[in-house]
Amino acid sequence: MHMKTMTRSAIAIDQIRSQFPILQETVNGKPLVYLDNAATTQKPAVVIDALSAYYHHSNANIHRGIHFLAEKATAAFEESRVRLQGFINAASPEEVIFTYGTTDGINLIAQTYGRQFIGPGDEILISAMEHHSNIVPWQMLCLEKGCTLNVIPVSEEGELDMEAFRTLLNERTKLVAIVHASNALGTINPVAEIIEQAHSAGAKVLVDGAQASAHLAIDVQELDADFYVLSLHKLYGPTGMGILYGKKELLNAMPPYRGGGEMIKEVTFAKTTYNDLPYKFEAGTPNIADVIAAKSAIDFVESIGKPAIAAHEQALLQYATDALSAIDGLTIIGRAREKVSVISFVMKGIHHEDMGVILDQQGIAIRTGHHCTQPLMQRFGITGTSRASFAVYNTTEEIDILAEGVRRAKKMLG
Amino acid sequence: MTTTINEIQDEIIETFDLFDEPLDKTQYIIDLGKKLKPIDEKYKTEDHLIKGCQSRVWLGAELRADDRLYFVGDGEPEAQIAKGLISMLISVLSGQKPADIARAELYFIEKIGMSSLVTSRRAGGLASMVQKMKQYGLLYSKVKTV
Repeated sequence: MHMKTMTRSAIAIDQIRSQFPILQETVNGKPLVYLDNAATTQKPAVVIDALSAYYHHSNANIHRGIHFLAEKATAAFEESRVRLQGFINAASPEEVIFTYGTTDGINLIAQTYGRQFIGPGDEILISAMEHHSNIVPWQMLCLEKGCTLNVIPVSEEGELDMEAFRTLLNERTKLVAIVHASNALGTINPVAEIIEQAHSAGAKVLVDGAQASAHLAIDVQELDADFYVLSLHKLYGPTGMGILYGKKELLNAMPPYRGGGEMIKEVTFAKTTYNDLPYKFEAGTPNIADVIAAKSAIDFVESIGKPAIAAHEQALLQYATDALSAIDGLTIIGRAREKVSVISFVMKGIHHEDMGVILDQQGIAIRTGHHCTQPLMQRFGITGTSRASFAVYNTTEEIDILAEGVRRAKKMLG
Repeated sequence: MTTTINEIQDEIIETFDLFDEPLDKTQYIIDLGKKLKPIDEKYKTEDHLIKGCQSRVWLGAELRADDRLYFVGDGEPEAQIAKGLISMLISVLSGQKPADIARAELYFIEKIGMSSLVTSRRAGGLASMVQKMKQYGLLYSKVKTV
């Protein structure tokens, strides 16, 4: 109860919850308890309204049009870029490339920077806790280019083996691609340290910020990250939209990714010249509405502030860790010292899918399965986990419901 | 006379009508799974695995002298809901004529609210179970006519 008072006083939880219309839904006759935020967060009314307002009042194709609506849409689109530049503290707006999401951003880097600058005998270093999105694009590149993919092991607690990292890092390492916070375990990786050491070895670093961006303050200049990718839908924003940050000199050196409209300066059948940053990487009509609504998501996050969000979520994580640890037969997978608000667990003798079904029938949404991290599951000798993940609008009461729901599942399946 | 597929389906629907809560339905399915008899090891092969299930579930079929098809099924111990679902399907289709199995319309799945009871991924597994049983029905009805 003490914890509840604490989290209530830190942020105005009722006021925050009231901004998320979907939280009023019922599931199977029970109030929705949404604890699948690591998959995607719900959207505040300001984001939903921004999408609606765009189509009601501003819809036009951007950059090329000369008419009023085109100007209005273009201004709003570019305003979002500046807002996101500020959010990650990039040095300039043209270092912010709009993508379809984190996966798209990683593939862009693999297909441009990777194909241009990584060759036979070179090495790419990832970790055993990467999402498939930060494994497969590098495997594809290594198959094509004859480079080698090395993997930093993960400890039993779910932390990176930094000793092994230093051993694996060498003069052939061209790129370190590392997740900032693990979607399956919650582990926050020491990316600043990784970047510093990688740079000393002459390697560039790509940080997968899909999971971290809603929880941790991100300052790409302070981190000295070469690339940082994230998705807005995990950050209270729309689906199908993300950003790729890259240092300007790197982005300028990279060839374009997709060919098409907007990414060109001039096209003749003899030769095409390419547009400047950031448009060089934004071929075709972009996801205008979602980009514009992304600004509202950032406004929402910053209206509360990352430190307040983090404090609330850390309190929830601690509360959930205590509540779930008290259940016999339950093992938490991922006990890193530094975690975002993700808690993965397995229950002796119970399939995670069955756990998910029974919790769902109680109105509790969690994620079950391998979380697109099959090698990590193999590391722990399991096929999957049940995962609860918390956002700014979650409460300790919801965690009580989760713990009670898990007990109910255990009783039913025991 | 043997009870028909539809008569068995109707009985299941009646049983499920007694439950108000989805959780009670699930508990009933779990308990059905617990009653499954262990199957012969010869069925625990890749060939008998049902594809599309999140957990490992095996299905075996045997045409007996009465020209009816008999099913056996099992799953890994922790796959309790999947075992319950295969148990229920076996109770509906086992001991029926292969041709009847092949053309059976399994309306009970929707009627007992199982489509909402199980996740879409789980329902995918359920669909695979039905498909595999019907394939056996088709196979053995052809065997018979040849």
